[in-house]
Amino acid sequence: MTPVEIEKIFRDEAGRALATLIRLVGDFDLAEDALQDAVAAALQRWPDGCVPSNPRAWLVNVGRNRAIDRVRRQIAFRGKQEALAHELLLNASGQDEVTDVALDDDMLRLIFTCCHPSFSAEVQVALTLRTVCGLTSAQVARAFLVGEEAMAQRLLRAKQKIRLAGIPYEVPERDALEPRLRGVLAVIYLVFTEGYVATSGEDLMRPDLAREAIRLARLIDALMPGRGEVKGLLALMLLHDARRAGRQTAGGDIVLLEEQDRTLWDHVQITEGLKLVEDALRVPGRPQSYAVQAAIAALHAQAPNYRDTDWPQIAGLYEVLLRISPSPVVELNHAAAVSMVDGPARALDLIDALEARGGLGGYELLPAVRADLLRRLGRLDAAREAYRSASAATQLAPLRRFYARRTAELGG
Amino acid sequence: MQYLLLIYRNEAELGKMGAAERQQMMTDYGAFTQSIVQSGHFKAGDGLQPTTTATTVRVRDGKMLTTDGPFAETREQLGGYYLVEAKDLDTALGIAARIPGARTGSIEVRPVMIYD
Repeated sequence: MTPVEIEKIFRDEAGRALATLIRLVGDFDLAEDALQDAVAAALQRWPDGCVPSNPRAWLVNVGRNRAIDRVRRQIAFRGKQEALAHELLLNASGQDEVTDVALDDDMLRLIFTCCHPSFSAEVQVALTLRTVCGLTSAQVARAFLVGEEAMAQRLLRAKQKIRLAGIPYEVPERDALEPRLRGVLAVIYLVFTEGYVATSGEDLMRPDLAREAIRLARLIDALMPGRGEVKGLLALMLLHDARRAGRQTAGGDIVLLEEQDRTLWDHVQITEGLKLVEDALRVPGRPQSYAVQAAIAALHAQAPNYRDTDWPQIAGLYEVLLRISPSPVVELNHAAAVSMVDGPARALDLIDALEARGGLGGYELLPAVRADLLRRLGRLDAAREAYRSASAATQLAPLRRFYARRTAELGG
Repeated sequence: MQYLLLIYRNEAELGKMGAAERQQMMTDYGAFTQSIVQSGHFKAGDGLQPTTTATTVRVRDGKMLTTDGPFAETREQLGGYYLVEAKDLDTALGIAARIPGARTGSIEVRPVMIYD
């Protein structure tokens, strides 16, 4: 087996192996150390051709034995009564229980624990990326644009809270499940949106984060099948991500949807996304927000070009969204769609009304949408002014360049 | 595990409460306390006199200093607590959400430290 193949196994299996180790040894840090030991052992043994038939179970079993060794060493050093009890517990959990079903359940436990509502959204995202997706602390730090030291501290405190506050290692039951699942999906979507349009920095996108989010949604869809909101979210992300190659120039400049070369889109991914949208909308019950958003993305994905997109239906779907999950951001998107059906003047009225209600205080895309509408209405002075506000509101370099380009085109 | 559920609420708002409302609150607290005694979660619990009755003590360089009032001026003030036994944080949060004061104030849930 080549190092690349082994790397892929680790990538696919490490999260699940860790999830089970945490349950078996009852401690996040000990489980992480034990998994590292197991991976190191695998790196020594596997290249010689003796790759186990079930690498996941192998990593768990070796990891558990290494955890026991670690606890034994602690006892030797400190003679702790508690550690002894810990070892008894470890030995009591039998070897035979590492089945695939148990591993799936453990993975869900891990995801729900990392996305526990007693953590801030930022901590939920960081813990999920580190523990479930297996990113290093340094990689998570880069995702948040904070120092590695600061991120390591934040993760350490979060893991301490799990232990000290008694956050259960469980999939929530009955009544609690739905709101908690919504929280998990929100975390996944946060990871994705940061990958789709970064908050700040030099690069428009962070494809690695988008990929992790899609991987997580696929995992949840496999572990909790038949849920419309999960399929909807997965479809939404696949359809957005499919446009990636068309969304920027080789030099890293933004290419707007209306200017994109649609042959660059990933049509295999679009086909998968379209199928999922249908599945999501077919699940009985009220339409789910992610599924409706995915339906909008599907209309864009199927349109031959920007002008011949089914704008009336898109505007209608935004009206559905306004009913089932109203937010200022949905109102803004609705106004943008209305501008393609009833013209920019009508859309500007909607945005003025939205602004008058004070809904979008710090939302940085508001001046950008307003600027575009003003530009199309030929109100050039006001448009230039709005592009300047838009530029001041963003910390993302490609967006700033785009606003500057527009301002220049308007003779500013 | 044991958790301390600290009940914070705005004293000024509380002062404006009518007699009937006050009576209702007492009844609600009575029923809630009864329910967690019966379920076996209750370890202890008390209401506190308002922060106007508080005195804060510090010892600096061996000398005792007292100040009139609470340790910190905040929008909501500590008004009472429950000490509960619960198997995990989710259970403790569920109990906290049922405290009558959660509807108008806030409940801080803190695990009790275990020394080993």
